[in-house]
Amino acid sequence: MKTAMKKNWWRYLLTVAILLLYLAPFYILIGVAFKMPSDPSSRWILPNYIYLDNFAKALEGRILQGMQGSLIITLCSVSLIICVGALAAYPLARNKSKLNKAVRGFILGVMMVPPLSILVPIYSVMKVINGISTYYGMVLLLLTFQLPLSIFIYSNFIASIPTALDEAACIDGCGPFRTFISIILPQLAPVTASVAILTGVTCWNDYQFSLYILQKPQIASVTLAVSDFFAQTSSNVFAAAAAALLGLLPIAVLFLLLQKHFIKGMVDSAIK
Amino acid sequence: MTQRTRAIMNLFYLPALLLFAVFVVYPFFEGIRISFTNWNGYLPNYRYVGFANYRRLLTDPYFSSVFWNTILYGFGCTLLQNVLGMGLALFMDTKFRGRGVLRAVVYLPAMIAPLIMGYVMFFVFQFSGGALNDIMLLFGGERVDWLAVPGRTVTIIVIVNTLQYVGVAMVIFLAGLQNIPAMYTEAAHIDGVGSWGMFRYITFPLLMPAITSSVILNLIGGLKLFDIIRALTPPSPSTGAASLSTYLTYQYANVERAGYSAVLGIVTFVFILIVSNLTMWFFDRREAQML
Repeated sequence: MKTAMKKNWWRYLLTVAILLLYLAPFYILIGVAFKMPSDPSSRWILPNYIYLDNFAKALEGRILQGMQGSLIITLCSVSLIICVGALAAYPLARNKSKLNKAVRGFILGVMMVPPLSILVPIYSVMKVINGISTYYGMVLLLLTFQLPLSIFIYSNFIASIPTALDEAACIDGCGPFRTFISIILPQLAPVTASVAILTGVTCWNDYQFSLYILQKPQIASVTLAVSDFFAQTSSNVFAAAAAALLGLLPIAVLFLLLQKHFIKGMVDSAIK
Repeated sequence: MTQRTRAIMNLFYLPALLLFAVFVVYPFFEGIRISFTNWNGYLPNYRYVGFANYRRLLTDPYFSSVFWNTILYGFGCTLLQNVLGMGLALFMDTKFRGRGVLRAVVYLPAMIAPLIMGYVMFFVFQFSGGALNDIMLLFGGERVDWLAVPGRTVTIIVIVNTLQYVGVAMVIFLAGLQNIPAMYTEAAHIDGVGSWGMFRYITFPLLMPAITSSVILNLIGGLKLFDIIRALTPPSPSTGAASLSTYLTYQYANVERAGYSAVLGIVTFVFILIVSNLTMWFFDRREAQML
């Protein structure tokens, strides 16, 4: 053991260095969030007293409202991303045709294009369907732009399910829809977790859509609520730090609890 | 499969394609129409101005820096994330204590909203009282206004984005490394291949599919960069750190030139499609050569 430690000393040194680099910003954030605004000490020094007023100020803002909004938006978006994505993935994985090649290329294109590049006309469409400052407006946009990822993950997975199963169902008189529901769908559970986590994180963290779609103060997302504190001049960076800490806490805790699933989700999306 | 089954199966595309039609295809063409108008984005009246918005592109003093920044964000982040991600993955491919913690800590920021991560970094780079300036003072240096010089701001944003997302490349490469059959490395080891040779001739070629995925993913992410830029700099392009995404939203929301913003949108759209497809084509070819 001792020799192993000696041989590996540079590994431990590097590990500690990387950990310090990565944890420093969070350490600083926590320090600022718990400090009295009148405390002139350095960002590197944690306060030696307990002071929670920054959090009280942060909660006076839209933080809770934002969390509620993001939760509703994320749950609705992810459910639809799963249903619509799995459905579209089935023909994409099973039919080998010219149409499919075109659909695949098109979906890949949607994945690459930044939604902000069509912000002006998207905003006009949203106005027409009365989607401005509504949850469904947000859900429709997040759904549309997260669908490609969901379709690709599902179709890669369905392609690995033997077609013999579909054919057997077909012979037994099942139509494609019955086959999809009773043969394919039950097998999608593990990959559905990946899709849900991956797209869920993106929906929860969204800023680009909520910034332009959620115009009324009554409806907010987490990011929008946190950005309130940074936009109102930097007069109270302490409350802003508390707001940022509250904003990142839910997803950080969830990640630390479900780490394996989060990482598997990432790998599923990247490796074909 | 019969023709009929196929036809029914294609119906499964409908919900997805309907969404794409309404929120991607129609807006794209509507954007082209708006690009020929002087619409301000909210009043109902506007008129068609021909190619005026396109001509503005050529005289816009900010456009070249915005375009160049977008390239820097795209390729700078991609290069750094993949090189560092590869290093981290190779480092963590052996068993040692603390490996699990390290992986979790490096991957954690990728789960946090980029806007909020940007705000967190604001406390580090802030001029008065910023954590980095405290270190400067500690070592007898002067305070630096880190985010005041355009070129430096771009570099800082690239670094912040890289630190946040290097975990993604790392995780992809780690999974790739674990998929390499042990017999290859063992055989090479018996043949007396050194560690560089092992990487160059065994690990790297076998990781090529993972590298392709990671590069494309990071490139798309970097070219689209928006939240971090907005967190660390004001919306105005005068900061010198604007990307195509932040600049076109600035023209739309702050200057109220919807027509010109639509032109910038088309440029962004076309540019990113071309760059991503070229990169993908390049990597697919490399992959084919190596196998």
